Amino acid sequence: MVSIDVWNASVDFPIFDAKSRSLKKLALGKVGGKIGSEGRVPIIEALHDINISLRHGDRVGLVGHNGAGKSTLLRLLAGIYEPTRGSSRIVGKVAPVFDLGVGMDPEISGYENIMIRGLFLGMSRKEMEKRVDDIAEFTELGDYLSMPLRTYSTGMRVRLALGVVTSIDPEILLLDEGIGAVDAAFLEKARDRLNDLVKRSGILVFASHSDDFLVELCSTAIWMDEGQVKMHGSLREVVTSYKGRDPYEFLSTETLERIGQPRVLSRNGGE
Amino acid sequence: MQPTSTVDRPAAPLAPNSRTFARAFADLRDAWHQRELWAHLGWQDIKQRYRRSVIGPLWITISMGTTALALGLLYSQLFNQELATFLPYVTAGFIIWNFILGVVTEGTGVFIDNEGLIKHLPSPITVHVLRMVWRQVLFFAHNLVVYFIVLIIFFPALTEQYTMEGDKVVHPGLSWSVLMAVPGFALVVVNAVWVALLFGIISTRFRDIPPVIHSFINLVFFMTPIVWHVGVLNKVTGGEGEGDGGWRVLIAELNPLYHFVEIVRAPLLGQTQDWHHWVVVGSFTVVGWALALVAMRNYRARVSYWV
Repeated sequence: MVSIDVWNASVDFPIFDAKSRSLKKLALGKVGGKIGSEGRVPIIEALHDINISLRHGDRVGLVGHNGAGKSTLLRLLAGIYEPTRGSSRIVGKVAPVFDLGVGMDPEISGYENIMIRGLFLGMSRKEMEKRVDDIAEFTELGDYLSMPLRTYSTGMRVRLALGVVTSIDPEILLLDEGIGAVDAAFLEKARDRLNDLVKRSGILVFASHSDDFLVELCSTAIWMDEGQVKMHGSLREVVTSYKGRDPYEFLSTETLERIGQPRVLSRNGGE
Repeated sequence: MQPTSTVDRPAAPLAPNSRTFARAFADLRDAWHQRELWAHLGWQDIKQRYRRSVIGPLWITISMGTTALALGLLYSQLFNQELATFLPYVTAGFIIWNFILGVVTEGTGVFIDNEGLIKHLPSPITVHVLRMVWRQVLFFAHNLVVYFIVLIIFFPALTEQYTMEGDKVVHPGLSWSVLMAVPGFALVVVNAVWVALLFGIISTRFRDIPPVIHSFINLVFFMTPIVWHVGVLNKVTGGEGEGDGGWRVLIAELNPLYHFVEIVRAPLLGQTQDWHHWVVVGSFTVVGWALALVAMRNYRARVSYWV
């Protein structure tokens, strides 16, 4: 059973400036100890008192201003940061798509990058070899796949990264904003594939500023503000209070029909 | 459905469980299961370094060959040693030293250099260590070619009994005992993993450690019997004294790296080997792994915060 549980979790970053990040300072700090606040390492509280419980089928959008803690929360959910206080438990195979430049070597070919990314996501070589053709077809990169990655545009990198994660059946898919760099036609394709993936697999958490994306992929949402969960509810409610307007207002009728939402926000929210 | 529902949500664990030995061992075990990943990455690193060069990784071998040849020629004359046995001695010692050097210097930066991967992809931190150690093993394998070339050239001299200048010990010459180098090197690799784990974690927190190690490692090279033989120490202490050669021999004996080099080098050259080298290396293995496991237990989860 795929699940994510976070109890009262906080993520505090110690900020070691050049001086405090040395043994000398630590040794002198203990002897002297009179400098006061300078002796201590300053801490940035990126997240505090986070309580989240996600189960199979949850498709959560993350909204909030820059620096509200969306990316840090995604990393907490991925298990990259273990909470400094509180605790967390993640059950399931996690596939994060955060920064598209990382885990990708610009000097090696697209094929080799597919292989390495797949291996990092817990696949075996053989399993990846089986999927390479499928990914090549989905990304439409064709002969570019044998070129070094540094020749790729941003959009092409997004295609590659999405191609890999959507091919491997992750149980928990975590997407950070930045996949907006692809063109409309590919978006259509990616949406179908992501939708399909979300239906098949467990949990999607998606941080984005784009209403369209959120509406397409998510059913519930979390509003992050100053490192805390400000609101957790249905997507329509949360985005309406975050942006001050109904995200469904400007959508075309056919889109609304596809995602099964009424045009006007009813009293009791979206669903 | 209430999205914030607490249906089937288990009661919160009483304490955070990130600082336990169980998690430290799980990290090691998971990393071992991902060996396809780090093996692939280790290879990739080597191919990467020599991409677009014509003879590629052969450069590793060539550079080792010239260095060993030059050092062997020079120091055999300086110490008045027989070239036929001293050149293989320097070659084997230098190849092993290069492995140790690579592990220690790259081990300090093993997490710092992989900051991007650590912050963006969840994986056991040991994966980065194993990738680095595997890369060094591959370098070692490339360098071993030089050893085999030297072995072929000096095969007659090495298969007979010989003594090193200044030393009384008669070495039996190469035989099947050369296979002892395999467990010897395996033990060195096992040690390489804890060294990289421990030094990697400490260096990530205290960024002064890598420069310190980088500046002292060259000194250690000259203090370790690689381009000189311990027999020389006997000679300068008078040489005639039975048993220990006085405090000067301690220069070698107190240097842990001497024992690490010796358990691999002696079998490769058909030299007699004292069991105390194995005892020293074995003790380092146990103590080192214990320290590394404690560091893993307490600071494994902090590495992603520190990088």
